[in-house]
Amino acid sequence: MSQKTAKQTNVLGGLQLNKVNWEKLYIHLLLITIVLIIGFPLIYAFAISTQSLQEVVGRPTLRISNNLLGNYREAWVRSDLGRLLFNSIFVALPSTIGKITMAILSAFAIVFFNFRFKSLAFWTIFITLMLPVPVRIVSTYQVISDLGWLNSYVGLTVPLMASATGTFFFRQFYRTIPGELVEASQIDGAGPMRFLWSVLLPNSWANIAALFVVLFIFGWNQYLWPLMITHTKEMRVVVVGLRSLIPGGGEMLPEWNIVMAAAMIALVLPVIVILSLQKYFVELMIETEK
Amino acid sequence: MMQSRELTSSLRNLPKCTNRRNQHTVWSLSKPCATSKERVIVMSQQVVFKKNKWLPYILLAPQIVITIVFFFWPAITSLRLALYRTTPFGDRTFFVGSQNFQRLFASPQYQRSLITTLMFSASVTLLGVAISLCIALLLNQAVRGRTVYRTAILWPYGVALPISGILWMFMMHPTFGIVPYFFEGIIDFNFDWILNGNAAMLLVILTAIWTNLGYNVAFFLAGLQAIPKSLQEAALVDGATSLKAIRYITLPLLSPTTFFLLVMNVVYSLFDTFGLIDAVTKGGPGNATEILIYKAYKDGIISLNLGSSAAQSVILMVLATLLTVFQFGFIERKVSY
Repeated sequence: MSQKTAKQTNVLGGLQLNKVNWEKLYIHLLLITIVLIIGFPLIYAFAISTQSLQEVVGRPTLRISNNLLGNYREAWVRSDLGRLLFNSIFVALPSTIGKITMAILSAFAIVFFNFRFKSLAFWTIFITLMLPVPVRIVSTYQVISDLGWLNSYVGLTVPLMASATGTFFFRQFYRTIPGELVEASQIDGAGPMRFLWSVLLPNSWANIAALFVVLFIFGWNQYLWPLMITHTKEMRVVVVGLRSLIPGGGEMLPEWNIVMAAAMIALVLPVIVILSLQKYFVELMIETEK
Repeated sequence: MMQSRELTSSLRNLPKCTNRRNQHTVWSLSKPCATSKERVIVMSQQVVFKKNKWLPYILLAPQIVITIVFFFWPAITSLRLALYRTTPFGDRTFFVGSQNFQRLFASPQYQRSLITTLMFSASVTLLGVAISLCIALLLNQAVRGRTVYRTAILWPYGVALPISGILWMFMMHPTFGIVPYFFEGIIDFNFDWILNGNAAMLLVILTAIWTNLGYNVAFFLAGLQAIPKSLQEAALVDGATSLKAIRYITLPLLSPTTFFLLVMNVVYSLFDTFGLIDAVTKGGPGNATEILIYKAYKDGIISLNLGSSAAQSVILMVLATLLTVFQFGFIERKVSY
């Protein structure tokens, strides 16, 4: 009986210090274990990326060895990582900025104007959610090829720029903007574009940041689209380019240390983006929960 | 890739309520609004700019043009292609009606791919959501350090699936990997994902779950934080154990989030995992990991069987549409919740 009451108070952040601490400690130990298990692939990959080929093909260990610089340099040179990263940035960044811009403009039009084809426009954008890229890949490829956009940055970014996601997101946000603000700016003689620029945008930064995380990671992690429409090494993005490093069978040396070094380099930027902007990202989730 | 992660946020941001004026014009699926708080918001957004007649069209033009050129046009082309067949030499195309679909469903390869997809999707979704739920419940108990833990769990979301695939394929590499080395002699399983279909399946399932885990946990955690603490506390004061409080208070209140994540994970496993399959197994060994999306790509791009590939695309589109509509049902229900 006493144990039961103790347990109750535990969960309530309770008073019986002894037992409370045990339960807390238990939870923290479990959580640390989970964090380590989730982090294990990364820890292991990092360890491998510092080892020599002999160590890699020997007994697997988590030892941090001293080949870090050599391996990373080799990975960088061998797969032309500079070029790949450059391409990835120039695909992810413009497509993200384009998406956010178009989303803001469309949402603005839909929320703050009454016009004839409003619902048609809305549904046209909405329906794109149902047509994911892989599903219409062959015919989209055909369109890009007809436009002469194969193997180009335009082809890599522009088709990705329509974003139902962003449009809904901003639409939802704009609907919470008090009508008085609109009236006030109208009385002040501000036109709609002025209102968008000086009233809406300054209030949207947290939302833009949250959307930026999702869209940037989406853009950076694109695989099928760049794989299809680029065919020269110079136009490859990093997520696609790494594939060629993986040792196949036969005569290729199992140089997994180089592969892991390249993988570490490739994953670091999006992970930094998510970690540095996660505050906004998580707030967005909590906000939508309410 | 499918914008599953991308569309996640959007779907949650769909109108939870619409005013009567807009009900038919803008959002016919929505139910009339109930709460007064929402009504205030809705009232306020009736203020519009009236003078600028052409401006909204100009603002919408870029998005609409891209949507038509890169979404609608290809979708219609796929639909049309699915009804035709091209001769093996590609010199002639003729109308075959539903024959591509009939052949598809009759073909053992497609049936096998359907079963593979079902196994893969069910494992990724059910295991992924269940594990994330447990982690989130645990995380919700820890008051101190919650943000630190969340960060330490969220980061794999930033890793591209093909790259997670590379990390995992080495970890489970039959000759050099640490996982087969560790389990050698403990469990009798052939970890050779290069030759063993089951091992390859296990590899892609684990990788897919791992990559999406942080995302699921973050959503569950947000859902848990939205549940009023007083409810759980009341249950505990009434003498319920904490497990019972979770079972009868937390889980039912969390069900909208759970349902949402289930659908999102199905979408993720069906469409987003293309890169993983292509980078790690290429559908093999012996078609063991050839999921629908990969088969549609392989038949269309590699084998140039355009009619069949287009028919497969159309089936996937129908699937995507159903899931989106399903998602809507969820949002509707959430309103009345």
